[in-house]
Amino acid sequence: MARRRKPKLAVWKFASCDGCQLTLLDCEDELLTLADELEIAYFLEASRAVVRGPYDLSLVEGSISTPEQVEQIREIRRQSRFLVTIGACATAGGIQALRNFADVRDFLEQVYARPEYIRTLEKSLPASAYVPVDFELRGCPIGKGPLLELISAFLNGRRPQIPNYSVCVECKRHGTVCVMVAQGTPCLGPITQAGCGALCPAYRRGCYGCFGPMETPNPHSLGNWLLARGMAAPDLVRLLRTFNAYAPAFKEAGERYAGIAEADRSG
Amino acid sequence: MPGSRKLTVRVEALARVEGEGALHLRVHNGQVRELRLEIYEPPRFFEAFLRGRRLEEAPDITARICGICPVAYQMSACNALESLLGLSVRGPLRDLRLLLYYGEWIESHALHMFLLHLPDFLGYESALHMARDHPEWVQKGLQIKKAGNALLARIGGREVHPINVRVGGFYSVPSRRALLEHQEDLARARDLMIEALRWMAGLEFPEFEEDYEFVALSHPEEYAILEGQVRFSHGRLAPVSAFEEIIEEIHVPYSNALHAVIRGRGSYMVGPLARFNLNFSQLSPLAQEVAASIGLMPPVRNPFRSLLVRGIEVIHACEEAMRLIDRYEPPDRPFEPFEVQAGTGFGASEAPRGLLYHRYRINAEGLIEEARIIPPTSQNQRRIEDDLRKLVPQLLSLPRDALTWRCEQAIRNYDPCISCATHFLRLELVEE
Repeated sequence: MARRRKPKLAVWKFASCDGCQLTLLDCEDELLTLADELEIAYFLEASRAVVRGPYDLSLVEGSISTPEQVEQIREIRRQSRFLVTIGACATAGGIQALRNFADVRDFLEQVYARPEYIRTLEKSLPASAYVPVDFELRGCPIGKGPLLELISAFLNGRRPQIPNYSVCVECKRHGTVCVMVAQGTPCLGPITQAGCGALCPAYRRGCYGCFGPMETPNPHSLGNWLLARGMAAPDLVRLLRTFNAYAPAFKEAGERYAGIAEADRSG
Repeated sequence: MPGSRKLTVRVEALARVEGEGALHLRVHNGQVRELRLEIYEPPRFFEAFLRGRRLEEAPDITARICGICPVAYQMSACNALESLLGLSVRGPLRDLRLLLYYGEWIESHALHMFLLHLPDFLGYESALHMARDHPEWVQKGLQIKKAGNALLARIGGREVHPINVRVGGFYSVPSRRALLEHQEDLARARDLMIEALRWMAGLEFPEFEEDYEFVALSHPEEYAILEGQVRFSHGRLAPVSAFEEIIEEIHVPYSNALHAVIRGRGSYMVGPLARFNLNFSQLSPLAQEVAASIGLMPPVRNPFRSLLVRGIEVIHACEEAMRLIDRYEPPDRPFEPFEVQAGTGFGASEAPRGLLYHRYRINAEGLIEEARIIPPTSQNQRRIEDDLRKLVPQLLSLPRDALTWRCEQAIRNYDPCISCATHFLRLELVEE
């Protein structure tokens, strides 16, 4: 029986650290099998060979932060049957979305002697701000397990089984003692999407939200609870504003508590 | 005559590097008229948004500059902050930091050697293409890489952006038993690397040598990785706090990464060749022995041979990691506590690609007022251009594709991490 054509995989990069695409190369035991199942058609970090589109599966890393990138993500969407954003930069704008809360021209002047040489957009945004996205893999970085699950689901024509519940559920499953209850350590676990294996609490630190908000989170309940237990409002704002600062639930909560911090300061 | 031919080459993408950049080359009558390593990697402004963050956040935030060498960022940040806090991290905590860092060195070097650089020497577009003819070498490379990643994930929590590093030490520390589980894989990785180097030493290395100025950290007791003073092959040993007095960063219009040069001397090289040449006698005896057996003795001035030097560093890293695990007993507490104080801290460590410098100014509340980060690739950027300027005229008799490929290979000698330097690497060659 003739084997069906291998699906074409493309891996794209926008503003990012390369860590999410590296996760693919970190699948040391599965990489060569993957290469048997998929045609690696475009993956610049791994290969200088470029096969022209269209592509069956595009993995997009990084946030959209320059005018050229807006055009590029639109072209990639046109060329891609399934477009999946991977990681906090591509799904929420990433750490570089901290500029969205400031004036990007100030940032330019702080870093570069000749700001006029640099072309950048006012905001660092997820791909979904510009094009329809078929699926999102969260994390800073994404996990190997969820990435392999996504590719396997794609190859088998089924929906990926990716959790949408909170990190707390993972802690309970693993029998990890709650760091907020036992140590009084502030933790974003109750509002953060699972997927990392509840790593931070297992290492006795609070979750810092690198998988972004879970489905229907209640950040205000958590925030008020943390404030009531003595956390300073500016520290709560910092906790919410890291790698998923511009994900809507974290963004709104961050703005709310920034308002409270401001009122405390002036009042 | 090669110089008189009219040829325009335009290659859209330079691959197998971390990040996005381009090379623009214009050759006229056999002379390089224009040569620019253009970095398109969009700026991410880390130094700007670090302002107003708590000093405790610096290791996690700066890790996001680079997914390939996050530990390097975490360690340079901790060094800088701990020096200003007067904090000394010694004993098993220091050993754990070294182990974490060796894990990253093994992982990053194996990635670059087997998956990114080696295909150039054998004429393959990628390691996946290479795997069709040489599956055993790709698998062995991946095994070595995995041994490094496993150690990194054990101590750090995960391979990319480890979660367990904090100013003063760690959030929690592994048991002796947990670390002992890595001994066998590390020994196997070391042996596989020795075998690989004996084979790789027989590959064809392009004839190319330069009188580089090498710059690397240097430490009285060890092959410097975690800390040290800055050693210059053409200058004096200097404390890390003097680094910005000796080098200067220049902003050029075609690059989103700043170029670093030594004031009054020009471009310089950081990374495996610099470390090997400046600190050779501190490599583990076996690493020195293997180097000698494949004819690799300092000074190595052929950047293409960095492939082999990385392998020697992997052997050293495996051996040192095994030695540290052997003597490991968990510390009494996972971190050294500190009191916040205002001041300026300087720190550097040896990322797989070279010296990584951080400076922070902290206020009395423990907030960062100013941050400066000088990554290895922005230091090597000018040096890569200088290599190409010398190399290209030697290549003009080559067919266009071969010339382009050789230029790419010369760039990959530096394992450039353009995400670090500030990525879209397009190679553009115009020959007139």
